[in-house]
Amino acid sequence: MNDITNRRPAYKAVSPNTILLTGINHQTAPVEVREKVSFSPQEVPEALDAMVAEPAILELILISTCNRTELLLTTDDPAAARKSAIDCLARRKGLLPEQLAPYLYLHAADAAVRHIFRVASGLDSMIMGEPQIFGQVKDAYRLAVERKTSGVILNRLIHKTFLVAKRVRSETGIGDSAVSVSYAAVELAKKIFGVLEDKSVLLIGAGEMAELAVEHFAGHRVKTIFVANRTFERAVELARRYQGRAVSFPEIPDMLATVDIVVSSTGAPDVVVTKDQVRQVMRGRRNNPIFFIDIAVPRNIDPAVNRVENAYVYDIDDLQAVIDENISQRRHEAIRAERIVDEAVITFRTWYESLDVVPTIVALRDKLSEMAHGEARKTLASTLKHLPPEEQDTIHKMTDAIVSKLLHDPTTFLKQVEEKKDKARYLDIVRRLFKIES
Amino acid sequence: MMISLAATTAVLLYTLSTAAYFVFLFSQKDSIYRYGFGLLLAGFLAHGMVQAAQIIVLGHLPAFTLSHTLSLAAWSLAGLFVLFQWRLNLNFFGIYVAPLVLITLLAALLLPERSAPPIADIHIWANNAWLIVHIVTVFVGDAAFALACGAGIFYLIQERAIKQKKRGFFYRRLPSLDRLDSAGYACLVVGFTLLTIGLITGVVYAGLAWGVFWRWDPKEVWSGITWLVYAALLHERLVAGWRGRRAATMAIIGFCVVVFTFLGVNFLLEGHHGVFTKI
Repeated sequence: MNDITNRRPAYKAVSPNTILLTGINHQTAPVEVREKVSFSPQEVPEALDAMVAEPAILELILISTCNRTELLLTTDDPAAARKSAIDCLARRKGLLPEQLAPYLYLHAADAAVRHIFRVASGLDSMIMGEPQIFGQVKDAYRLAVERKTSGVILNRLIHKTFLVAKRVRSETGIGDSAVSVSYAAVELAKKIFGVLEDKSVLLIGAGEMAELAVEHFAGHRVKTIFVANRTFERAVELARRYQGRAVSFPEIPDMLATVDIVVSSTGAPDVVVTKDQVRQVMRGRRNNPIFFIDIAVPRNIDPAVNRVENAYVYDIDDLQAVIDENISQRRHEAIRAERIVDEAVITFRTWYESLDVVPTIVALRDKLSEMAHGEARKTLASTLKHLPPEEQDTIHKMTDAIVSKLLHDPTTFLKQVEEKKDKARYLDIVRRLFKIES
Repeated sequence: MMISLAATTAVLLYTLSTAAYFVFLFSQKDSIYRYGFGLLLAGFLAHGMVQAAQIIVLGHLPAFTLSHTLSLAAWSLAGLFVLFQWRLNLNFFGIYVAPLVLITLLAALLLPERSAPPIADIHIWANNAWLIVHIVTVFVGDAAFALACGAGIFYLIQERAIKQKKRGFFYRRLPSLDRLDSAGYACLVVGFTLLTIGLITGVVYAGLAWGVFWRWDPKEVWSGITWLVYAALLHERLVAGWRGRRAATMAIIGFCVVVFTFLGVNFLLEGHHGVFTKI
């Protein structure tokens, strides 16, 4: 048997497909490059069709977000596939392959599998653990399924990827804590009030960060949003955006008696809310807690307000401290997440290696079945022409049964071969005996 | 024999529950919390068998020796917590309740076994309906105060973390201030209602049994003080919206008074309750 194997060493052996991943991300490419190479969801289907037409690329998924553009593919010729992928990518974006090459990374086999697992789990994200990427990978996969560019291997890989990402999310605290000012403010508010749905928010002033925070609160369906601004028109305009109510600046002290959350971000040089003002309203509030988020510099809320019972004041530095703490927490959790990824890479590899048997058996079955049915059809069209359709069907069923019976033992045998090397050899022999091309 | 077997089982289950809750405290895995709660529930049932067996053996509620009252207090707390958990779903509380139940039951079991007090006709007076209601409401009410105290402790920890901006180990694990506050309040209302019923039935029973409704016995006096403390706390809450740290502190102080009334009076002061609750 060794003799046979040795005579044709060049025969392309058992593992016909390799998983490759190439692309750029925020770590390898500056934003000028990333924005040039990014694909909108509308562009993706066409790009998929064009790239999968390349002979070296068998299956393909294209993931494109503002921080990364990646091609995940399977191939039987890694070198050619890599070249095709880079050429296609560059050409579609009006670049030369040489311009793109310095920013690209290339992962093959286990490394590619690990990379996609890490990406979907948020471990490779700019903000570690951010959850959006999971949805983006999902969308990319959906597009690939629609264009039918994803096959057995990538389907399996992506499903495994989703499982890994979900496991990372549920078993580690990587996505638990807020890492932006606006989100940190919402998180703190939740620790004070529990649910935010029956709470009201007062926005004093304007500004990107404050507005973002208020939008977050609006997303948590707070009851009412009040907006106060030195220029009343601006207040009215903002209030309309949040379907809230505009109040004038002098009304602020009265508002303190009813609102639960105050987001402040004015350019005022002095404090807008003093300790005495807050102390006075507490009885009228029946001591219900009030939470001040002071994003302004210089600060709008007197820091001494924090000393009033049931009043809490967080300024921008306090919020930043929360974020820093959360980021280090995420780093810590990432260690556990990496372990989950490592485990999954091994599981996937085991499946991937076992896969070799399956295509061989399928190909063998197809070939035998085609031959047998071909012969059956020939006979049925000539000698047995007189048979009624039901009986012709019976002949075809019998043909199927014979093929199945014939294949039963070889199939069982191939599936039972334990040793990887032996399996490779037997698969090789089977493929050559029956002349199955890969 | 059967009683001690059931008691050992209860202790074992409570111990495992405590351990599970501690693991939950660090790991924060829901599955472990469920084990903790399941074990506590099992412990409560085993403990319930102890109580039932004692009722059968003694012919009345096991509430007339210190060992029995401690055991009953632990069982009431475990039972009320099961209800509390079911209604309010505050996973975190087990870390407070499970060890407290365990310690109380252990104390009850380690005390030297002592038969009921040498009072004539115990069966006749012990099974008076007023007395039974008095015992049940007072014990369950005290258990509610124990839970309110736990809520108060957790509230203070969480409030401090937010106020001082030093979050940390507990900040992530504890629920929001609002939930702690309202859970504590719910326990106070339940506890106060039961305590009120308990005091009234106790007074009525005293009148029926001894012909005197109120004798200024230390236990009675301290029960009255307990009632006044909680009445003041609830009054302030309803009228002035007392909540937050002050309310939490008061709930803790209130429970200290409860514990003193329950144990301290027996050891430090004399009185007719002491006849059957001293070692």
